[in-house]
Amino acid sequence: MVWVNAIVQGVLTGGLYALFACGLSLMFGVMKVVNLAHGDLAVVACYIAIGIIAATHVPVLWSFVIVVPVMGVLGYVLQRTIIQSALDRGVLTTLIVTFGLSVVIENGLLEFFTANTRGIGTGLSLVTSSFSLGSQIQIAYLAVVIFAVAVVVLLGLQYFLSASKYGRLIRAVADDKEAAQLAGADYRHVFGIAAAIAFGTVALAGVAYGMSAQVDPTAGTDTILLFAFAAVVIGGLGSLWGTLLGGVVLGVAQQIGAQINISDEILAGYLVFLAVLVLRPQGLTTRRAQS
Amino acid sequence: MTTSAAGDRPGDAAPLLEVSDLVVHHGQLQALEAISLQVFPGEVYAIIGANGAGKSTLLRTIAGLHQPTTGSVRLDGTDVTSLRPEHRARQGIVMVPEGRRLFGSLSVEENLKVGATYGRPGPWTIDRVQEMFGWMRDRRSQRAGQLSGGEQQAVAIGRALVANPRVLLLDELSLGLAPVVVQRIYGMLPQILATGLTVLLVEQDVSQALRVASRIHCLLEGRTTLEGRPDSVTAAQVEAAYFGLAAAGAGQRGERSEA
Repeated sequence: MVWVNAIVQGVLTGGLYALFACGLSLMFGVMKVVNLAHGDLAVVACYIAIGIIAATHVPVLWSFVIVVPVMGVLGYVLQRTIIQSALDRGVLTTLIVTFGLSVVIENGLLEFFTANTRGIGTGLSLVTSSFSLGSQIQIAYLAVVIFAVAVVVLLGLQYFLSASKYGRLIRAVADDKEAAQLAGADYRHVFGIAAAIAFGTVALAGVAYGMSAQVDPTAGTDTILLFAFAAVVIGGLGSLWGTLLGGVVLGVAQQIGAQINISDEILAGYLVFLAVLVLRPQGLTTRRAQS
Repeated sequence: MTTSAAGDRPGDAAPLLEVSDLVVHHGQLQALEAISLQVFPGEVYAIIGANGAGKSTLLRTIAGLHQPTTGSVRLDGTDVTSLRPEHRARQGIVMVPEGRRLFGSLSVEENLKVGATYGRPGPWTIDRVQEMFGWMRDRRSQRAGQLSGGEQQAVAIGRALVANPRVLLLDELSLGLAPVVVQRIYGMLPQILATGLTVLLVEQDVSQALRVASRIHCLLEGRTTLEGRPDSVTAAQVEAAYFGLAAAGAGQRGERSEA
């Protein structure tokens, strides 16, 4: 039963990892930008939520209604300014620029919010309570909610990409941005929209993370970015549903590792990550996000 | 033969597309040397020349994909030289690029929809394109990447047409296609022209260009060597202009002196 429990907990954690990973995957798939500041942006979103809740007393669960659009606008602006100008100098430059962004964000957060850990204190029974399945499986309501949110976000993203005008333009620009220009599309604007969506998803992930764990300014690269990378690679680069599969596989591996020995939790996840890289470098799903 | 670009046209017609003294560099290399041409409404203007003559560079510069060092591109009297390619496309300069360049992961219909997104209003709709190429409606959900070369070329043309261009730029339509497919695609040209479009095309296959064009313009190493109506130039003149032989007496501007 403890193993079943480990798998259930792992699957649920995978939802959060997928939320972290889908924005990373989208930005790579569309503009070939590996956003090394991705995890830090989740942390920023979390701190914004903490600030908004303290300042305006909006209901905690609804803080994302403000945080997601704010981060989306930030995503558009950053993409149109520093990320685009880095892209114009070559794809590798974006690595350096987003790494720099990551360093700036982390140090900025340390400066303003100190190194203390914080969480989004909800005080809600939904967040703190859980229900039991059998005698040994305790499932937190919050984990189920976050998993459901991840599935809804991925469904929404898939629908947006396959059925909407801008979704179609995003896929067209990802295929061939010069040909898209010849069709009248301003690829910089389309990139900006893709970045806004990616930042929106990572904002949601950051708020969810802040509700379920304690966050500090370095959590962005120490934890979130690495888990998101692992989920993307395990699932398959550029595949939307692959991020969910990758997140779930990573989550289950971590929980099983923790069951064997609590100190092996993180290691087990990376061992699976390594195994996928060696045995199936294209990821578990080869289906593209566009399908 | 001292035909100027406008010499063959009625004096009162204003050019729809006017390229003046276009100089283009690829890095240090000069790709085009003061090219001028005027394309009048409703005509098929063909740019011919050997590999590396600068034909595609000229077309890409007109589409806005290259910035010229000096010179200008005007559409219906309006200077568009500083406009980005997407803005030129919205104003009516739409190019079918060399190698088709379809959105491979999108379906046939989605490719057409992208083409129509920022298009101008006009006679060309997705429906009409699907009518012209009969197979396209049945296979609208097929991924463009899975089509044959000729089918891809048809979709590429359709994607440009649904934008309702004023000037349609066709870059090397025949490249990599079987002759029979090339014939079929060029056979569509009259239908396209009948809707009031103007065509500027680049073609390596000189006989093909001479068949369809109302005027030809031969480039050699980035310079103009011959300009005129297909029926007013001799095969020898074209050959001389194309290969750069001294006999290119007809080419006023780019006359070469060495034997």
